[in-house]
Amino acid sequence: MKVLVCVTQTLEVSTYIELTPDGCAIDPAFATALVNEADLCAVEEALVLVEADGGGEVVLVSVGEEGAEQALRSALSLGPERAVRVWGEGVVLADTRSVAGALLACIESEAPDLVLTGVQSSDTGAQSVGPALAAMWGVACVPVGRRLSTSDSTLRLEREFEAGLVERVEVDLPALVTVQVGANTPRYGSFKDKMRAKKADISVVAPSTLPPSRITLTRMEAAPTGSGRSLELIEGGPSAVATRIMDLVREAQS
Amino acid sequence: MTRSLVLAEVVDGVLAPVTAQAVTAAVSLGGEVVLALVAQDPQSLVPDASLIGVTEIVTVAVPGSDRDHEQSLAAAAALVADVQPDQVIAGFTIRSSAFAAALGHKLDLGVITDAIAVYRDDSQNLVATRSIYAGRVRAHVVIDGARPGIVLVRPSIWEPADPGGSPVVRVLTVEIPTSRVRTIELVRPSGGVDLSSADVIFSIGRGAGSQENVANFAAMAAKLGVALGASRPIIDAGWLPAAHQVGQTGSTVKPRLYVAFGISGALHHLAGMQNSRTIVVVNSDRNAPLFDNADIGAIEDIHDVIEQLTLLA
Ligand SMILES: Cc1cc2nc3c(=O)[nH]c(=O)nc-3n(C[C@H](O)[C@H](O)[C@H](O)COP(=O)(O)OP(=O)(O)OC[C@H]3O[C@@H](n4cnc5c(N)ncnc54)[C@H](O)[C@@H]3O)c2cc1C
Repeated sequence: MKVLVCVTQTLEVSTYIELTPDGCAIDPAFATALVNEADLCAVEEALVLVEADGGGEVVLVSVGEEGAEQALRSALSLGPERAVRVWGEGVVLADTRSVAGALLACIESEAPDLVLTGVQSSDTGAQSVGPALAAMWGVACVPVGRRLSTSDSTLRLEREFEAGLVERVEVDLPALVTVQVGANTPRYGSFKDKMRAKKADISVVAPSTLPPSRITLTRMEAAPTGSGRSLELIEGGPSAVATRIMDLVREAQS
Repeated sequence: MTRSLVLAEVVDGVLAPVTAQAVTAAVSLGGEVVLALVAQDPQSLVPDASLIGVTEIVTVAVPGSDRDHEQSLAAAAALVADVQPDQVIAGFTIRSSAFAAALGHKLDLGVITDAIAVYRDDSQNLVATRSIYAGRVRAHVVIDGARPGIVLVRPSIWEPADPGGSPVVRVLTVEIPTSRVRTIELVRPSGGVDLSSADVIFSIGRGAGSQENVANFAAMAAKLGVALGASRPIIDAGWLPAAHQVGQTGSTVKPRLYVAFGISGALHHLAGMQNSRTIVVVNSDRNAPLFDNADIGAIEDIHDVIEQLTLLA
């Protein structure tokens, strides 16, 4: 079985931030770049599926430039065979449909049995790339999935809804699943895999036909601070904190 | 005049609260508001859906469950063709997110999910504001004015529209394809704890570090007579049963006091507890987003604080 896993880089921003001059991105000095958490769960899920299936290949793909390259190398260190980066003129990273359109180029050349994405990018959380990609590819999409297993060309898994509702479903392959955060504990990868990931040759493919972009990110701004609550910090160490919490508990219980 | 098509969120055959909020978002744009009810028995939802501001209700009877997103997609596409809206508005929920991007692709429309504001700019383009990077950044995204756009609105941002409207009701018949996603079994969350009625909740997050620490925390909470909540990683690790999970895919709680230990404050967690009366956060990282949403905070190692609390319990 061949599983293609889409990964992306996400940013964890500090409390104080500055934007790039065009006002459409975070100044990198105020952010830490990481591989998207849900994507690592998707990679782990893919590795386990292929092992259980008795062989095959896990291929990674990411859309973008330097950040995509870094995300691919980090994710390769878990053990997937290969990685492909998609980049070319006209890709709009702020438009999930454009990203999905770029990913489609890789699906066309790799012809996977299954495509996994993370349920969402932890930083911008649109939950759209997977569903858009499935629609473009013309296969069924199962969002917010976990516990994947295959027999012949049928995929079984659980999908989640609000309030703890879980539906066990099956679909015929090829299909696309967006893997839920925490679906598993991603492996660390061996030292050998880490070295291999560092040196891996990551090929770059150009998107074929991109969908027209119907949305434009015009500007960003730092959010007004405060959620309507004003924070009071408890000083004085753990025992002072515990005492204060106990007072609050007694007050709320009375 | 502008026209909004609001796609109702139906959960287990009942209208979900986000529907009335989406109606408010649509009403704020002015013009007509058409509310679509896609359900097995949509007529039964008409009384609850007769909200002030809704000009028309269109019902679509479908054979499958409200979890069938391929059915939702087919119905939504037919509704857009029939209603010819300037914008489609629905809640940012797992059910809507499952088909919104596919709808955008099928009809070549722009999609913006998880919006916290919608408005028209001076050029009459539809603009949605998104809250991203753990709520620290606002992004303004414009849908090209020449075409309709799809906007999914974050739950609990808009006030719900009031009942008591008297919209016209009409039926739309839509051919629904059989879903490629086949249900095997539905598993409802196991009961046991009822967090929704607790006055005080102590909630533990990934900062707990081990199952043993969670067990000690649970014992301390029990001794104090407070309810035990958790963020999702604790449930994923199998350290507590799912009934303890607070958040979007767990319980929504509103206690007098919510104390979070080692929880970062992801949007999905906030969704379940942000309406608590007093929120206390204990976290060693001052940068944790939950501090932005709390009344009282302590930058401490939770193990030290839990140890002190155990002495006082
Ligand atoms: C569709 C979807 C639905 C979801 N539904 C939910 C949901 O219902 N509920 C939910 O909670 N999550 C949900 N999530 C997951 C959510 O996005 C976060 O991943 C999760 O809430 C993080 O949990 P956490 O804060 O415990 O862990 P983390 O984000 O890892 O945070 C742990 C925190 O603990 C602190 N910490 C660590 N050690 C210590 C220590 N010794 N002392 C003090 N502090 C310490 C760290 O500084 C950090 O801030 C959902 C995700 C998706 C995609």
